Amino acid sequence: MALEPLLNVRGISKSFNHNKVLKNVSFSLEKGKILGLVGENGAGKSTLMNILFGMTVIHETGGYEGTISIEGKKVRFASPFDALEAGIGMVHQEFSLIPGFTVTENIVLNRESTKYNFLVEAYGDRMKTLDRDDMDRRSREAIDKLKVGLDPAIAVSELPVGYKQFTEIAREIDKENTKILVLDEPTATLTESEAEILLDTMKRLAALGISIIFISHRLQEIMDVCDKIIVLRDGEVVDNTTPDETDIMSIATSMVGRDITTAFAGKGDREGNLGEVILQVEHLWVDMPGETVRDVSFQVREREIFGIGGLAGQGKLGITNGIMGMFPAGGSVFFLEGPIRLNDPTSPLEAGISAVYEDRRGVGLLMEEPISWNIIFTSLQMQERFLKPILGGLIKIRDESEIARSARDYIDMLNIKCLSENQRVQDLSGGNQQKVCLAKAFETKPRLLFVSEPTRGIDVGAKRMVLEALRKYNDEFGTTIVMVSSELEELRSICDRIAIIDSGRIAGILPASAPSTDFGVLMLGIDGREKKVV
Amino acid sequence: MAGIKKFIENAGWPRIIIGLFLFSLFIMAPFVRVRIDASVSDTLVRFGMNGVMVLAMVPMIVSGCGLNFGLPLGIIAGLLGAVTSIEIGIPGIPGVLIAMTISLPIAVVLGWGYGLLLNRVKGSEMMIATYVGFSSVAFMCIMWLVLPYKSSNMVWGYAGKGLRTTIAVEGFWHQAISDIGSFSIGQFFYVPTGMFLFFALLCWFMWVFMRTRTGTAMTTVGSNPEYARASGVNIDRMRTLSVILSTVLGAIGIIVYQQSFGFVQLYMGPFYMAFPAVSAILIGGASVHRASILNVIIGTLLFQGILTMTPSVINSMIQTDMSEVIRIIVSNGMILYALTRTVKVK
Amino acid sequence: MNKKVDLLKHYLIQNAVPILFIVVSAFAIPISQFSGTYLVQEMLVRLSRNSFLVLSLLIPIMAGMGLNFGMVLGAMAGQIGLIFMSDWSVVGVPGVILAAIISTPLAIALGWLTGTILNLAKGREMVTSFILGFFMNGVYQLVVLYGFGSVVPMTNPAMVLSRGFGIRNVTNLEGIRKCLDNLMPLNIHGIDIPLATFLIIGLFCLFVLWFRGTKLGQDMRAVGQDMKVAGDAGIPVERTRLIAIIISTVLACYGQIIFLQNIGTMNTYNSHEQAGMFAIASLLVGGASVSRASIFNVFLGVVLFHLMFVVSPMAGKYLIGEAQLGEYFRVFVSYGIISLALVLHAWRRQKDRERARRSLRGAVEE
Repeated sequence: MALEPLLNVRGISKSFNHNKVLKNVSFSLEKGKILGLVGENGAGKSTLMNILFGMTVIHETGGYEGTISIEGKKVRFASPFDALEAGIGMVHQEFSLIPGFTVTENIVLNRESTKYNFLVEAYGDRMKTLDRDDMDRRSREAIDKLKVGLDPAIAVSELPVGYKQFTEIAREIDKENTKILVLDEPTATLTESEAEILLDTMKRLAALGISIIFISHRLQEIMDVCDKIIVLRDGEVVDNTTPDETDIMSIATSMVGRDITTAFAGKGDREGNLGEVILQVEHLWVDMPGETVRDVSFQVREREIFGIGGLAGQGKLGITNGIMGMFPAGGSVFFLEGPIRLNDPTSPLEAGISAVYEDRRGVGLLMEEPISWNIIFTSLQMQERFLKPILGGLIKIRDESEIARSARDYIDMLNIKCLSENQRVQDLSGGNQQKVCLAKAFETKPRLLFVSEPTRGIDVGAKRMVLEALRKYNDEFGTTIVMVSSELEELRSICDRIAIIDSGRIAGILPASAPSTDFGVLMLGIDGREKKVV
Repeated sequence: MAGIKKFIENAGWPRIIIGLFLFSLFIMAPFVRVRIDASVSDTLVRFGMNGVMVLAMVPMIVSGCGLNFGLPLGIIAGLLGAVTSIEIGIPGIPGVLIAMTISLPIAVVLGWGYGLLLNRVKGSEMMIATYVGFSSVAFMCIMWLVLPYKSSNMVWGYAGKGLRTTIAVEGFWHQAISDIGSFSIGQFFYVPTGMFLFFALLCWFMWVFMRTRTGTAMTTVGSNPEYARASGVNIDRMRTLSVILSTVLGAIGIIVYQQSFGFVQLYMGPFYMAFPAVSAILIGGASVHRASILNVIIGTLLFQGILTMTPSVINSMIQTDMSEVIRIIVSNGMILYALTRTVKVK
Repeated sequence: MNKKVDLLKHYLIQNAVPILFIVVSAFAIPISQFSGTYLVQEMLVRLSRNSFLVLSLLIPIMAGMGLNFGMVLGAMAGQIGLIFMSDWSVVGVPGVILAAIISTPLAIALGWLTGTILNLAKGREMVTSFILGFFMNGVYQLVVLYGFGSVVPMTNPAMVLSRGFGIRNVTNLEGIRKCLDNLMPLNIHGIDIPLATFLIIGLFCLFVLWFRGTKLGQDMRAVGQDMKVAGDAGIPVERTRLIAIIISTVLACYGQIIFLQNIGTMNTYNSHEQAGMFAIASLLVGGASVSRASIFNVFLGVVLFHLMFVVSPMAGKYLIGEAQLGEYFRVFVSYGIISLALVLHAWRRQKDRERARRSLRGAVEE
């Protein structure tokens, strides 16, 4: 009889509001093996890990189907603490460290070694004194297992990013019962040499009998260390293989998946329709946390729909935010011959550029204000519309009836489901909120419109509505659109050309009709030009 | 039933309790031989006196700077205007106008500096505002002693220098604004028409301002600063402007207060003056980041109503003066309620 | 070499407040014409009187809750204990102990209340605890001015207002005056040293040091630095914060009792108000910040703050011929110093936040 695998996942399905994000996912992981999990953004990796780790968000949205068993025992975690108890350790992309504590204190956080004293009798266990010597011993032991030069006495805030990662891994190792370690994109923020150390460490841990689930976009790393590879696409396992049986190209192909031949159906004679170059971006850099843009140059022609794609964190979102003046940026941007002043949000708005931001709640909307106000504010502010003079023209105040009229027009046009234009935006669904964002951008009557992640977090029906509205707007008013999205298929269905961003640079610009594997190759940076972040 | 529930939800329990409490005080008043007409008149006068200072809360709340515990800064500007006007010695409306004219630039400068400071401490505005208010009052205590005012109406008689703690405006501009078109009905009912008109005028200004392009931008900055920035609004400039407006209104507010009250209170006088104004607007239905002119009017009426009615009615009932204690509990309880309720969801 | 200069600069900036105070005092002491012996004696008295109150602020700072303006609630509890004690005419050390016993459960209850409210107002603990102090001051007055003698029976008519209920403005604590201070009399060169009080303070300092080394202390530090990470690691965040505030409130209550036994009379309706402000100002003068405070800060702060407190009216008098001016000056300094500390803290926090955002950037490329 083959040994019962350590972790056995069978038939996991999960939906959020009728939106199926995981479909019948099954895999198994044996003791001391490394499993590579790859997939595009939105393929379902995080949801799968959230289920495995018992995150409360899964419960709040109605649980999941299927079974998970560890060492043959079925488990169903109600909280991350249950998962910890069962021996699953997770290192998230965001560090969970106390900055002012030393490495040792972080490794043993809330599991400190303690000594008894008489006050415990009166006030309980928390009055136990810390046994610093034993804590040091434990942290040294854990660090030794990793074989990295980490000083246990140094404060975490003084450590470089890579070593913070090691501190977190050491913490998981120090937990005596850790059997499965989940590493979510651990190498994304590391330099190459740090990444190499980490990969070595992973192999060493596996040899010690700890099983690892390794999530990464860097396929070479996956090929190097994993014993098994699972490829997720649209919530399904599309490939379950081993490094010996496959190569990077075929993983990339199965990740990106189907070739939609109907990309931009009815595109017809778009080419003849396009005008002169309207936007010219040269050597743009943007200091946007998590989405750094290093050196990007591209041109967009009038009436074109230009797509910008790429994996999360590679900098595609930074481009919009940089040009719109929301984050520190440099380089040069010309629009209709004139230069755009960077780092000044009024400059692009004055020139006739508007944007729909990816962060709807944070930047895109006034959640506590009515729909109408959300739609007209930018136009009122930048173009001094929707104002009427009072006191014989001495002062101009808001023209409420004009505002309401305009808002109602958009509610009809975009089919925004609401009680009235005075309803607060926070009461709307995600899709309708997105439509309000679009309406705001449309109302400024832009010559060029940036749209970032327009379909993120909204349901399928609304998705189609939004994309159609964009296409229609482009058709009718000849507005040039630059659309940024993580979903390649979405870009291919609407854009003329698509630029793929990797490590803050343009990896390539292809027509939307190019085969999807070509895009996959660009996204994963595997076309022979080794991309290094040193 | 659902209607009642919704009403309670909208108004909030504290407001309803305070409203009912005030209502019952008015009901009880005749039974303990407190004259209703005198009480109403008193309430109205206090409403007019304090209204402008409560209005001074609005700009800072809507721009997201929180409750203006730093109101004493504006009050100081008003006090400087008032004592300078008395020093000049012109009586009547011109005297008030001189006081306001002098205090205006001072308030603008103080408000500007205060605004710059608050822009550097986003997120901790309220605590710092409180202590900026306190320290500036303490600093002015020193200044009142050393500033070279000479008028014998104001300085200590024995030393010939240093301003007195309270200075009567009687003989200068006592009730100068209040008495414009004022009238009395019977012996006890006095209506300070001028003061109401002045307050209404300022409210109307504020109402208009909030509807201008700048006023709209200010509200938006308070609602979501990042949205405002993406729409081309300079966040820091809007916040500073709101602080200047609040400070200027504080200065005008204290002058209105003094001309009705009849005295200029220096030294520690302005120390706690922010608190009644803050609680009044909260009682009126404002929160830490939302306020309207209606909140100002309702809040000032309710709060001043309680301040007027509790001493007279409760004292007559139990022969003890509990008004001070009730004032402390109601006003601070209201602020506490607002602070614990509106943890901003961001 | 340059590094040394930088270090010195950093040190000076970090300790700007105490250094400023030392400089001001250095000028003001000679002007005030006080004798050295007098000042030493005065400082010793004030150290014994105030240190405990200031020490009570340390633990909430450790738990990241800032300056506990809610410590006045503890002071109120202590005063209620003292009122009962004087009413029952218990004198001497037993009286102090009785007052402490009566007020402890009250302080725990008030601390629990404060902690619960502050857990509702995370991120603005200070302003909330500050207003809570005002609010409870009203409740305190309601109870003491109207409840005592009417609802709560009082045996000693001398304490009650002539109208038959309510405690008088001044409560006489002659019975316990300096009883702790004089428990172990020690006199060196004509300077009285209140040894017993210092012993209690010393014991408490040891407790704080020991407490930092406990699991609970470690949890508080973790919660103070990052509530989310601490919570993710399984530390009960809200409960830990609650405990920190309860400890602080109870200690403030004892601190107020020690303070008032030294003074010997109690301003029934004002003593507690000043307790909070003076304690907080002292701590900040000692070089503490809203997020970092040590025992050394406490003692240095008490000495420097009170030195200025004693010296400034006389200095003002001799310098400008106006004692009143020095009086106002010290009021200004008390508030000014708190403002300054709060501004510096908030400013630094804003800067830190910006820096933290920057560190989220991807790996730096050559």
